[in-house]
Amino acid sequence: MGPAQIIIIILQTALMVAIAPLLTGIIRKLKALMQSRKGPGVLQPYYDLYKLFCKESVVSMNASWVFQLTPYVCMAAVLVAALMVPAISTTSLNFVGDLIVVVYMLAMMRFFMALAALDTGSAFGGMGSSREMTLSAIAEPTILMAIFTMALIAHTTSLGDISYQLSVHGLDLVRPALFLAFAALFIATLAENARVPVDNPATHLELTMIHEGMILEYSGKQLGLMELSSMTKLMLFLTILASVFVPWGIATEISALSLSIGLALLIVKVLIMAAVIAYIESSMAKLRLFRVPSLLTLSFMMALIAVMSFYIL
Amino acid sequence: MNTEEALFITLVLVSAIGATGALVLRKSKYCAHISFGMAAIAAAIGIALAGSVLAGGALNLDLPAQLEIGGLSLTMSFTMDGLSAFFVMAISVVGFAISIYSVSYVREYEGRYSIGLLGAVFNLFLLSMILVVTAGNAIIFLIVWEVMSLLSYLLVVYENRRNESVSAGFLYIVMTHIGTAFITLGFLVIFTATASFDFSTFQGAGALMTPMSKSLAFLLFLIGFGTKAGIMPMHVWLPYAHPAAPSNVSALMSGVMVKTAIFMLIKCVFEFLGVADTWWGLLVLLAASISAVLGVLYALNEIDMKRLLAYSTVENVGIILIGLGVSMIFMSYGLKGLAALALIATLFHTFNHALFKALLFMGAGAVTHAAHTKNIEKMGGLIKRMPWTGALFFIGALSIAAIPPLNGFVSEWLIFQSLLLSFNVPEMAVKILLPMTIGMLALTGALAAACFVRAYGITFLAAPRSEHAAEAKEVPGTMLAGMATLALLCVLAGVLSVYIIPAIDKITAPVVGISVASKMSFGIIMKPADDSFSSMSPLAIAAILAILLPLIFVITRYYGGRKNMVYGDTWDCGTPLTSRNEYTGTAYSKSINMIFSAIYRPSKELVARPTASPYIRKDMSYADHTEPIFEKYLYSPVASLAIKVARQLSFIQTGSIQAYLAYIFITLVVLLVVFRWI
Repeated sequence: MGPAQIIIIILQTALMVAIAPLLTGIIRKLKALMQSRKGPGVLQPYYDLYKLFCKESVVSMNASWVFQLTPYVCMAAVLVAALMVPAISTTSLNFVGDLIVVVYMLAMMRFFMALAALDTGSAFGGMGSSREMTLSAIAEPTILMAIFTMALIAHTTSLGDISYQLSVHGLDLVRPALFLAFAALFIATLAENARVPVDNPATHLELTMIHEGMILEYSGKQLGLMELSSMTKLMLFLTILASVFVPWGIATEISALSLSIGLALLIVKVLIMAAVIAYIESSMAKLRLFRVPSLLTLSFMMALIAVMSFYIL
Repeated sequence: MNTEEALFITLVLVSAIGATGALVLRKSKYCAHISFGMAAIAAAIGIALAGSVLAGGALNLDLPAQLEIGGLSLTMSFTMDGLSAFFVMAISVVGFAISIYSVSYVREYEGRYSIGLLGAVFNLFLLSMILVVTAGNAIIFLIVWEVMSLLSYLLVVYENRRNESVSAGFLYIVMTHIGTAFITLGFLVIFTATASFDFSTFQGAGALMTPMSKSLAFLLFLIGFGTKAGIMPMHVWLPYAHPAAPSNVSALMSGVMVKTAIFMLIKCVFEFLGVADTWWGLLVLLAASISAVLGVLYALNEIDMKRLLAYSTVENVGIILIGLGVSMIFMSYGLKGLAALALIATLFHTFNHALFKALLFMGAGAVTHAAHTKNIEKMGGLIKRMPWTGALFFIGALSIAAIPPLNGFVSEWLIFQSLLLSFNVPEMAVKILLPMTIGMLALTGALAAACFVRAYGITFLAAPRSEHAAEAKEVPGTMLAGMATLALLCVLAGVLSVYIIPAIDKITAPVVGISVASKMSFGIIMKPADDSFSSMSPLAIAAILAILLPLIFVITRYYGGRKNMVYGDTWDCGTPLTSRNEYTGTAYSKSINMIFSAIYRPSKELVARPTASPYIRKDMSYADHTEPIFEKYLYSPVASLAIKVARQLSFIQTGSIQAYLAYIFITLVVLLVVFRWI
């Protein structure tokens, strides 16, 4: 791994963090347009984050160092995961970790966030924390199984290599399993990132919120960091869907041309998925909490069938 | 006499001195110091012994005493190869930390129960575990195995004025003897082929046996050792017996005693019988997956801190056996490289679980000591009152929840890799079954994270939920030192795992017949014995985290200007927030409880006394039960049948001595007739 690769890895990770608020802004704008509202500008999340970073934090007197440490750990965990994900080029920090490490880095983020939610002693935090851990317990097997399907197709568990194999061998490697796994991971993405129909990112209604309930006690800079890490996580999931499942067009070599094509196509793919998310959120109501497991079980079954169909077909 | 023999004999002597010293000085103020000090020395000698065997030495100690049983002469022999040295190492490292911890932990019992007795039995128990993994023939093994079971029984019923301890002890001793009966039968099956009880002649005995008797022996061993290891459905005793003992003993039982069963299972299957059929591995995998998922589900529902940890032991034994099962499946197809990978993963997780489970049980001992309760609903806020315990328990919780780059994650990663590489298996049916196990393992991992968020959050975070918790004080230094030793090892075993894998490979190489270290360890990078399949580097993850965390901290602090931290109350919706508003442990697991209601079969009773208004109720009471499936549908029928049969047969117990003499006479006559004519 030469300096060029390292620069690309750092650049594409920085890119994911940098455009994550834009992605959130675009989803919100699209939702507003679909609902015949004008909606805030797509840059609004940047203004919000800047405002938060300029504010002082109010911390609960019940809270301990776990609460204080969590925002930094969440951001660091999502960044480490991002380093291992191919975005505009198939180059990623392969040797440091594979897809299992990515999933477990996100588990680390969730572990800390759920503890911080309990730390203030607020019932909302506890409720959010409990629900988050419950839903993620059912979503995590799906995520692993879906990406494992890709690992079986490409004979490697490193995300960068899967992306490379798929884009080099083109349609030779395409199997029905790929589509099932994609659908399974997409549903899990909605659940993991607190989107409709699992959770509503726009709500602050006490009894329904999951993710918002967990970060309710955060304010100021720390809230900004938590928001940014959540936005980056959504970007990360969409990037995995885009560059691992449909990697065609991603840069497999380092040249200005292929990198710019890779960047352009990544943005196009992510935007399409953002539009789908916005469409789902405008056309669907949030599911009742105890209906969500059926949805997630469905996505798990799809992932399982994906693995089995890989062997049978 | 070589070094290893000298170390072994010193170890036995030191333990014996520790035990006697504890009894002689039971009235002395320094009883705990002496007995647990000696235990720590014995454990340190154990570490040296295991180290020297792992470095290339060997132990073959034949005691001069000869036993003559029915024409068979038995040598009292103790042997150590790499595999047993590995387990001696695990027992000794954990034993060392627990001994240090115990010095001040046992003060809790001062004036209530005899510390001298606890110290004496503790020393002997530690020794008996080391003897179990070094026993050189089946008879010696059964003797020390029984001694280990009896000593641990004594420790379980140590608090003998508590009814639950006594009944837990009874359940334990019944179950463990059922297990021992199966093990004895298993050895007898092998004996019919080898005509000797020496483990050295058992080696490769599978070649002399018919497929039927091999499978029979395997099943007997699986049930027998499975009972001790706590595999479902033989686990019923474990969640009662482990928590009933004093916490230092719980740590020893959950951390290492269950591992002696894993050791013997590996030895019997790989070395004695040889993996003959694929269905052996599939059976282990099935039992293991059920144990892992159900173990963690029951742990999640538990509000007794120590019982929660005991159920989590059932779960982790499940994870360990998933590794073992996969290894057996690979072995049955002759895929030795992959079998070695899976066995390395199994042993590594065994070692890691010993470290973090002992750490967590010691932490549980510390909090029960400080908050005077095992009920997590009555704790809370302990992180501020016991900052060191809080931090050390946190490391244990991170490890057991498999958070990278700690040790629990690395061994789970290796087990995932072995499962994924199952596409190399030639048989389609097996290939399709294994991904189900991946799903089960992923579910287990996510639920374990939920379980330990709950355990840590409810116990240590937020505001204290009882007066005792509010007045809790940090525990003494030696207790912290014992926990800190294992916490440090958890971190090191994770971050430096790349350098530990080759050492484990040396142990598995003779068992499986192939060494894969050169395919797994590349500088700081770890690979699953398949060059291009994947790679991981816990050290690099740790380094990147160590760079990123301060960087993010500094950027956050200075971007947008430095701002102060203001302290205020938690948002309380207008009414003062008390600890009664906090989310409870029961509430925390309620949603999982509802989703998995098919397994929990919950039933609740809500009793409220109505008043004139339908909206106002006077004193409500709420009770929540879950139905223990195995106890109800498997054990209760068996137990009631046994009692019924016993009642029916009780007519022969007339109580008159003449009748009993007549029975003896009749038996004698029958035996004489039988042996004369047959």
